[in-house]
Amino acid sequence: MININILKPNSDNFQTYLYIGSGFIFISIFDVILRSFFNLNFSTSLPGILNFFLPLILGLVGFQMIRLEYSGNRIVDKINESVNNNTFNAGLTLLIIFLTLIATPPALNWMIFEATISGDTKEACVATKGACWTYIKVWFRRFMYGMYPNDFHWRINTAFITLIGFAFVGYFMRGKLKNYITFYYAIFYPIIAFIIINFLISGGSFGLEWVETNAWGGLSLTFIVSFFGLIFCFPLGMILALGRRSELPVIKYISIGYIEFWRGVPLITVLFMSSVMFPMFLPSDAFVDKLIRVIAAIILFEAAYVAEVIRGGLQALPRGQYDAAKSLGMGYWRMQIFVILPQALKLVIPGIANTFLALVKDTPLIFVVGLSEVVGMLQMAKTNPKWLGYAMEGYIFASILFWAICYAMSKYSQYLELKYKTER
Amino acid sequence: MSESIIQMKDVNKWFGDFQVLKDINLEVKEKQKIVVCGPSGSGKSTLIRCINRLEEHQKGQIVVDGNELSEKTKDIEKIRAEVGMVFQQFNLFPHLSILDNCTLAPIWVKKTPKKQAEELAMKQLEQVQIADQAQKFPGQLSGGQQQRAALARALCMEPKIMLFDEPTSALDPEMIKEVLDAMVNLAKGGMTMIVVTHEMGFAKEVADEVVFMDEGMIVERAKTKDFFANPKNERTKLFLSQIL
Repeated sequence: MININILKPNSDNFQTYLYIGSGFIFISIFDVILRSFFNLNFSTSLPGILNFFLPLILGLVGFQMIRLEYSGNRIVDKINESVNNNTFNAGLTLLIIFLTLIATPPALNWMIFEATISGDTKEACVATKGACWTYIKVWFRRFMYGMYPNDFHWRINTAFITLIGFAFVGYFMRGKLKNYITFYYAIFYPIIAFIIINFLISGGSFGLEWVETNAWGGLSLTFIVSFFGLIFCFPLGMILALGRRSELPVIKYISIGYIEFWRGVPLITVLFMSSVMFPMFLPSDAFVDKLIRVIAAIILFEAAYVAEVIRGGLQALPRGQYDAAKSLGMGYWRMQIFVILPQALKLVIPGIANTFLALVKDTPLIFVVGLSEVVGMLQMAKTNPKWLGYAMEGYIFASILFWAICYAMSKYSQYLELKYKTER
Repeated sequence: MSESIIQMKDVNKWFGDFQVLKDINLEVKEKQKIVVCGPSGSGKSTLIRCINRLEEHQKGQIVVDGNELSEKTKDIEKIRAEVGMVFQQFNLFPHLSILDNCTLAPIWVKKTPKKQAEELAMKQLEQVQIADQAQKFPGQLSGGQQQRAALARALCMEPKIMLFDEPTSALDPEMIKEVLDAMVNLAKGGMTMIVVTHEMGFAKEVADEVVFMDEGMIVERAKTKDFFANPKNERTKLFLSQIL
């Protein structure tokens, strides 16, 4: 019998079909590249609709011709399996490729080829159609340091570099010191961080001029808020998770109450309360800095989420682990510290990373109490009368910053997961 | 034989409405080896888990080495440190190496210096013939090796009493022997042992007495020879005819 469907390959003629089919696919993609990058169209002689859909039709024909199960060619098999298992999926594949190709030239034009970065004023950007990176350049210091006085930016830089330096101390702890590594990071490091930030960035002593926290801002404030948020919400969350599983009713119900309360209220109201309501309850002569109040609010809020994530890990452990630890004579705390928590925390690294990423991305909310980190400074810059109309550049800049930070954190969590992987 | 190291008097325990232990009376003397057998669900495991209070009994009296177990017992950890236990599912700590598994409790519970604890651990691991696996993690060992490591871990606390909760039930047949051999060695060393098991060969070889349980009651308790030669109770006879 003659094969009626001439587009359908079989194992005998597959080589020929593969050449012709990939030729069709190549032409269709090449046509789209010509149209979008060089504004050339070779099929204008065809009727309008046919002209418009020509690449799609050619591509579909091409994909149809190479679709054969177990063709013997590994690459073709892979393509058929993942993107070309039927006509609909082949069409989707082509559309995605085409859309990417069509969107690339305008995006590149706007971001690079037609963009401006020269000059110091808005006038430099008036003539261009592309992005005005001048705006970012001019405001860069504000985005990084907020309203912190320009002359003192070295203080922030020094503080951060010192903190990074102290963070690496753990790598050089050898021998006996190694036993204290957890103690160092859990207790000593936060204290060092607080002292450094207090003396260097806040100032007020050692001949350094005092800078009030209202002036702090930009990316450095994002880092400060996230940093203290992360290191304190973790231990608090851990204690709450243990508390919720405690057999003592008082501790158990306090923990449940705490977690359910903080998970039930929006962060934005918590921040607002911490800055507006909280001072009213204090005696009139007591004063807690706004930034500290805000960081405390974030810690209390996120700890509830961390607690639930860790509880998930605790519940995943088999009861035998508890039995074994108890039968060896370990009390509650020894059992938790040496047997249960190390295993449970390992299990919940992805969940913890998730919560931490959310915390970092929640920091812009502190604008409601008048603190401006990166996004807050962006809002300020975009409403500046001299620089109206460049919000887009600002948001793209902030997105890239946040993406870089969060991607780094995500990669680090994956590294930790791999490092602490154990076979059961 | 000296006086009883474990005394259970009219012990009763319920899980909800279900009564798992009914008026259990059991005395174990020092250096005695007792095998507990019976059909599944008869309360054997619960019985020995009550001895180190992994399960709490609701009625009756349990005295272990002169200390009564009750809600008022303050130093339950101290008693547990003297009662070693080996579980059906091994329950090694998967995040620690075999050596660390063995030294964890001696270092943190008994406050043994690290070096001394490691020496003792190596000695115990040698006894069960897995000293060469000391640096590996539990997940890298076979079931039989894991169970022997679990035995070594319990022995590192230098307990006075050893409890075994079906130690060979989760093992492949060819691995059962290596674990039983280790237990036989331990028995010959004069340890007080209570073993829940279905391995009747082991019972014949080392047990002084066999306890047969059914439906939460001790149906029969006899010297090993008598137990196998002429069981008195009908239920025991039926059980033995099925298992042997």
